[in-house]
Amino acid sequence: MAASDSPIIQLRGVTKVYGEGPTAFQALKGVDLDIQAGDFVAVMGPSGSGKSTTMNILGCLDVPSGGEFRFKGVHVERLGRDERALLRRKYLGFVFQGFNLLARTSALENVELPLLYRGDPKKARREAAMAALDKVGLKEWWDHTPAELSGGQQQRVAIARAIVTNPDVLLADEPTGNLDSERSVEIMKLLTDLNATSNITVLMVTHEPDMAAFARTIIHFKDGLVERIDNHAAEAVA
Amino acid sequence: MFGTTFILAIRSIFRHKLRSFLTTLGIIIGVAAVVAMVTLGKATTKAAQQQVASLGTNVLQIRPGQGFGRGGGGPRPPDFKEADVEAIGRQVAGVNAVAPQAQSTATVIYQGANWSTTINGTTNAFFQVQPWPLVSGRTFNRAEEQAGKAVCIIGNTIRTNLFRGGEAVGERLRVNGVSCDVIGILSTRGQGGFGDQDDVIIMPIKQVQRRFTGNRDIRLMLVGVDPVYDGAQVQASIQQVLRERRQITGGKEDDFNIFDTAQISATLTGITTLLTQIVTAVAAISLVVGGIGIMNIMLVSVTERTREIGIRLAIGAVASEVLMQFLMEAVVLSCLGGLVGLLVAQLVVIGLAPLMQVEFLFEPRINMIAFLVSALIGVVFGYFPARRAASLNPIDALRHE
Repeated sequence: MAASDSPIIQLRGVTKVYGEGPTAFQALKGVDLDIQAGDFVAVMGPSGSGKSTTMNILGCLDVPSGGEFRFKGVHVERLGRDERALLRRKYLGFVFQGFNLLARTSALENVELPLLYRGDPKKARREAAMAALDKVGLKEWWDHTPAELSGGQQQRVAIARAIVTNPDVLLADEPTGNLDSERSVEIMKLLTDLNATSNITVLMVTHEPDMAAFARTIIHFKDGLVERIDNHAAEAVA
Repeated sequence: MFGTTFILAIRSIFRHKLRSFLTTLGIIIGVAAVVAMVTLGKATTKAAQQQVASLGTNVLQIRPGQGFGRGGGGPRPPDFKEADVEAIGRQVAGVNAVAPQAQSTATVIYQGANWSTTINGTTNAFFQVQPWPLVSGRTFNRAEEQAGKAVCIIGNTIRTNLFRGGEAVGERLRVNGVSCDVIGILSTRGQGGFGDQDDVIIMPIKQVQRRFTGNRDIRLMLVGVDPVYDGAQVQASIQQVLRERRQITGGKEDDFNIFDTAQISATLTGITTLLTQIVTAVAAISLVVGGIGIMNIMLVSVTERTREIGIRLAIGAVASEVLMQFLMEAVVLSCLGGLVGLLVAQLVVIGLAPLMQVEFLFEPRINMIAFLVSALIGVVFGYFPARRAASLNPIDALRHE
């Protein structure tokens, strides 16, 4: 899919309030943001700056309290719970800090899961899941359960699961937070590679500048607002 | 969606075998208990009915004394005499036949093998009163009956034990030292609440009275009633005749009792049915408890699997799919439990039926009902936990530790 003229993600004056009355907490105070298709974005900022809230909204897991969120031109803030679930199923892939694979379930079956919800027939599921495992270099490990895999391998299975549906956007929430620096670089290279070859838009939350350096765009959050946006065209990747 | 959630449910169940087994244990026990109880109850009722039916329908049993027990104070009421038998046959309308009985026990010897059994002295009327056909040979002839000759008709147990199932008619037995020709073999009646009915030798009553009991007393009369006549009427007439003959006057109670087999049948059926219902009710409670067990484990499971649910929701599962998966898990579990329970029930029945001296029955109806109830339990008790799982917020669920 070629990058279109209008950004794939548009936030306009997005606010988010948790709680009510005097204990209410305003996590986002009017965020404006455009993300172009095919970009590799790192989201940074101290805790409580609103980066996680923004990611939840971008991941269609949460809805803004006010403002507009357009994903591929669709007003997500107007969608219901199930419509957002279908949006996630079709266009989004998730990678979490804690891997979040199903226990006692083989790598292959974990990767298959999104396809199962999509209703793909068995053979197509198998093939797509194996292809995804191949992309992350774990084809040989397809029948291993998470307990039998290292942290780095588990995260790669999680990435395979996120990309198996050929999503438009991959959301990664501190994907290297639980890994040592060597594994972290491997994961980052994998993400960079996917971004480049499969044209997947990558949104990644991180607080490590080393990891953020792999991104093309770095968005800094502070106190519920976008503080600044750095653009540097993939200088670090060797 | 149905197929997907079914696959997911099956995977989840077999991935956690111990949890699944513990969840279904209550259902297994409940279904097994209900089905086994109902099946055994029905078998017992049927056996009791068969027992009574084997005594013949429209048969009255007349014994001296009140009720079954012979105990209590006072002199023992006298047994009947041959004249009583004749009087009933002659004076009461609607009586087809009256068979007197005199009983004794004896040791039977044939070619060095011996067997202890019951000797039943009667007349050919015995075979008119009740349906008990011979498989070979014949009943007594007139001369044998009147002279009380040493001939005998043997039950199947005697044939099995003394003749090893071979031909017995024409052979000669020694019964308490008396030489006796075998003239007939009775068909099998089988085991029952009254003991092995085939463990018996039938001889002319005069022979039994002369050689075994040593008197002319008759312990029991079997009266065949013509079905055209009103049974109660016939019974009342017999009572009248016997009171006269035994000189019981005024308000004095009878010193004999008349049992109607139809009555016994109804009473026995009533008792066994009631017992079956009580035991089934208790078993049904255990089935409901089993359902609550499923709900408990499913609720715990929802909490324990919160993160898993979060993953599924994030990946793009719709709430109704999560609901369906959990509901499906509960239903599949309870159905599996139901199936295993049915299997256990059949094993229990197969194991217990011989001990209870009833035959193995397969009751399709109760099996079907029990299975449907277990499925229903899955739906009912699975719904609440499933709804809870489906209503989880994906963000909170993912953050759950």
